[in-house]
Parts: sequence; structure tokens; C-alpha cells
Amino acid sequence: MTSRTFRRKALSNLVVALCGASVLIALVPLFFVFFYVLRQGFSSLNWDFFTKMPKPVGESGGGMANAIVGTLILIGLASLMAIPVGLVSGVYLSEYPKSRLATSVRFTADVLNGIPSIVIGIFAYALVVLPVKHFSALAGGVALGFMMIPIITRTTEELLNLVPPALREGALALGATRSRATFTVMLPAALPGIITGILLSLARIAGETAPLLFTSFSNRFWSTTLSQPIASLTVQVYTYAISPYDDWHRQAWAGALVLVSLIFLFSVLARVVTKRLERMHRT
Amino acid sequence: MSKKTLSPRRKSGDAGFRAGTGFFAALVVLLVAGIAVVLWQESRLSIAKFGFAFWRTKTWDPVSGDFGALPFIWGTLYSSFLALLISTPVALGIAIFLSELSPRSLRTPLAFLTELLAAIPSIVYGLWGVFVLVPLVRKVELLLPEALRKTPLFSGPPLGVGMLSAALVLAVMVIPFTSSVAREVLRAVPATQREAAYALGATRWEAIQVAMRYGRTGILGAIILGLGRAIGETMAVTMVIGNSPAVTWSLVAPQYTMAAVIANEFTEAASDLYTSALIEIGLVLFAITLLINAASRFLIWSVNREVKAPAPANAAAAAAREATAA
Repeated sequence: MTSRTFRRKALSNLVVALCGASVLIALVPLFFVFFYVLRQGFSSLNWDFFTKMPKPVGESGGGMANAIVGTLILIGLASLMAIPVGLVSGVYLSEYPKSRLATSVRFTADVLNGIPSIVIGIFAYALVVLPVKHFSALAGGVALGFMMIPIITRTTEELLNLVPPALREGALALGATRSRATFTVMLPAALPGIITGILLSLARIAGETAPLLFTSFSNRFWSTTLSQPIASLTVQVYTYAISPYDDWHRQAWAGALVLVSLIFLFSVLARVVTKRLERMHRT
Repeated sequence: MSKKTLSPRRKSGDAGFRAGTGFFAALVVLLVAGIAVVLWQESRLSIAKFGFAFWRTKTWDPVSGDFGALPFIWGTLYSSFLALLISTPVALGIAIFLSELSPRSLRTPLAFLTELLAAIPSIVYGLWGVFVLVPLVRKVELLLPEALRKTPLFSGPPLGVGMLSAALVLAVMVIPFTSSVAREVLRAVPATQREAAYALGATRWEAIQVAMRYGRTGILGAIILGLGRAIGETMAVTMVIGNSPAVTWSLVAPQYTMAAVIANEFTEAASDLYTSALIEIGLVLFAITLLINAASRFLIWSVNREVKAPAPANAAAAAAREATAA
């Protein structure tokens, strides 16, 4: 073996090793974050966390019952707004893929997906908070909804495109209108996949903090009124994390654990649905 | 039933369907346009008062109503640049490993694990940053030799919070985005490219270089996509960067970013001008990320189109390769 070949082979092996090493490098922070969230989270998590309200500053104990309910309300509001819009615009993209509107919708949906969440927060603030001059759960829901729309639009389109065209053609051949073919044949066929898309978008917005800071704000009291500020897990974790109190730090970790679990619940559900979809299509 | 009686009804029904679904689709476009218009309107006050000087001056004094955003745009650009400096080699390494080198059985689980990094919410990264990473960084900073601490890159109090911590957290958060797109791009490179390289006696690394050169626009797109994420990232950065406006090269010194100043000061902004100045920062953040995303989509799309054009040949080559591999 000439020395040149040897050098080339050595370099190649070195790069291969470095590529392997970079996977390990990425796994280190992943492991670290999970380790701390699980360790600190589980040691701080107790029943009170789910059932009690936050205690006043200086008193230890208490929980985040209001924030957990608040997060669920915000997610619910966002879904109410984003699912219909996302679903129907996804249908449009897949039914009329070549139209000029479809091209611009696809592009803007991708752009919207990349807009920083804090900017979406400002938009929701100007739209919902400014006219009435106070923070509200509704504003938070709107901000999160805006973030969900592009994800649902694009997944709906992609999944409708996966449905065999013969199904639509069959329906049309039997005399169905386009809307009938879409809503009674295409959508049901793609439904599990679309649910996956919705779950993934929920997983994405459940952990959002920035767009809530000045829309739903926060609330140390029990509130389910949509026109009032509402607590959320993420904002609560943020406030507690930057506070100087050890007991609040403890609760912030517990909040982070609940948050991560919620997101993983959505992701795992999405996976289960996808698996069922795959099985369905195989048989 | 004759064709004449059926057709008009169906036609009008279909037109209604198209208009109805099109209306919802148009909402998505309107939404982005609305964001631009609203941000512009709400920041008019600040734009009228400061003009372009807003981006050149360093004073940020809410009390006297004097606002300049240079430190924030500096902090955003510097932290994103540093984050990309760290994340790009790692992300490309992951993409190469997963698309070219990894044993088939490891591919899916490793891809899943690296993409898990993207599932962790920003606030959890921030929490981890505050209580785990920042103390660690502070320890490292205290170990720095005195001579090094006098250089501009490391001058400043070793607090732990500062540019270095922010860049590290950002890098971790950007890796999954860059690596997954770069992996898709590499996967789209036709197998014939590598096979030709191997046939000429190339080593593995040389064949990888051929594949990377083929997909270079897409890989650039992946990196730019990561840049967009880094620039817009808010919570984790806010929690570890120290939130103190400064224009300095120092990695140790606390600094501030555009997204962080909005997150921190928006609810406290007492005057209309103050709010307007913050919204102008948001407007520029919007414009920058819009441009970056458009550019990255275009690059990724152009490489996909290039690859898709001779599709049948690729499919045949891939099928042949699958057959020989099995």
C-alpha cells in the first residue's frame, strides 16, 4: 500500500469516526436534559402539585392546579380555531394542487411555521389584547392557534395525497360531487394520519411560552374565564425558574416534568395512530 | 338521467366547494400578510421618531424615551453565529452518519433520538440552562488562565450567564432541525453518484464528499433553516444570556437578543413609544426570519426538483441497490 492510499484511508476512517462521534455529542445534552428533568421533577412532584393552588410568596408548598387547567384550556381554544382552518385549507391544497392560490398557501404556511413564536405573540396581542386593553385566555388561545394552523394544513395535504387516487375517482365516477368525495371518502381514509398531524401540532404548541407572555399572561388564582388572564404551565415554570426561591425552583422542575410528559403523551399517541394506519393500509 | 340535468348542478356545487375551501386556504396567506401589516402599523410611532438611527444607536433608556436597538441585533446575530458554528459540524456529522454510514438497524432509533431534541420545549432547555449549564459554564470560566481573560474574547465577569451559555443552548436546539433536513437532502442524492465515486476507487469519505457536493444547495438550505430557528429562539436564550444590552465580542459577558428584550420588557413597557420600539424589533425579527425561511425553502426545493427530474432512473438504481443489499 502506498503512503498516499494509506493517508486517504486514514482520513476516511477519521471522518467516519467523527461522524459517529457527532451523534454521541448530540445525545449527551439529550441525556442530560432528560436526566435532570426526571430526577428533579420526580423528587419535587407530589399530589399537591396537581390539586393545590399556588401559595403566596414565602409560603412553601402548593401546586399548579390552575396552570395545568389553564394550559388545557389554551390548547383547547387553539385547537378549536386551528383544526377547522388547517383541515379545510389542507383539503384545498390537495384538491387543487396546481392553482396559484395553492402555491402561495404552501409557501406562506412554511413561512408561518418559521416565524418566531414571540412575533406571533405580538400579533395576537395587537389583535386581541389591544382593543380590549387587557390580557385574556382568548388571546393566548389565538396565538397558539396561529402556530398550529400551518402544521395541520401541511400534514392534511400530505396525507390526503397519500390516499390512493382510485378512491376519489371511484366516488366521482359514481356521481358524487367533489365535496362529497372529499368529505365522505377521502377524509375518512386519511383520518388516522390527520389525527397524527393534529397530535404533533399539539405537542409543538403545548410547550410554547413566548407567545403567552403578553397574551394570556399569568394568573395566580383559579380562573377559567376566557376574557381574563389565565395561568399556564409554561409561563408558571418560567416565573418560578427565574425567581429567587428554592421552593419555586422545585416546583418549576415538577412543572417541566409534567410539560415534557404531556408532550410525550401527544407524540406517543401520534405514533400509535400512525402504526394503526400502516396496518390498515397493509391489509 | 341526461348529462344536461346533472352537469350544471355538479358544476355549481364544485365551484362552491372550491370557493369554500379556497376561502380557508386564503386565510393562511391573509394571516402572514396580517402579521406584516399589524407589526408595521404598531411600530410606526418608533419608526417615525427614530428612523434608521434606531438600528445604529446603543442607548436603550425607557425613562427618557430614547431607544436604540443595536445591542439587541448584535446579540441576536452573534449568538446565532456562534450557535451555528457549534451546531453545523455536529448536525452534518449526524446527517452523514445516519444516511451513509450507520447500520440499518440503528438508523431509525438514532434518528428518533436526535429528533427528540426538537421535541423538548424551549422553556425546559431554559430551566436546564439556568440550573445545570450556567453553573458548569461558570466553573469553566473560573478555570480560564488570567492571560486569556485579558483578551477581548474572554473579558468580563465569570458569571456563567452570558453569550457562551446562550450559544451552547442554541446550538443544541438547532442541531435536530439542521440534521434532519440535511439527512433528507443526502438521502435524495442518487445512489449512482456514490457508486460512480466508489467505482473510481474513492474511499468512503471521498464518496461522501461527492454526495455532499451534489446536494450542496440543499445542505446550505438546511444550515440556513437552522439559522432561522436560532434567530427566533426566545425563552431558553432569555434565561441564560444575562439580559444586559452590550455590543462586545466577549463570550463571557452577559448580552441581550431581540427576542429576549421583547419577552422581558413587553409587559412592562409603560409608554406607547416603548411598546412601539419593542414591536419594531419584532417587525425586523419577522422580516429577517421571513427572508431566511424563504431562502432555505428555495434552496431545499431546488435540490429536490433537480433530483426528482430523472426519477425513473433513480428509482431503478435504488431498487437494484436494495436488491443487492438484501
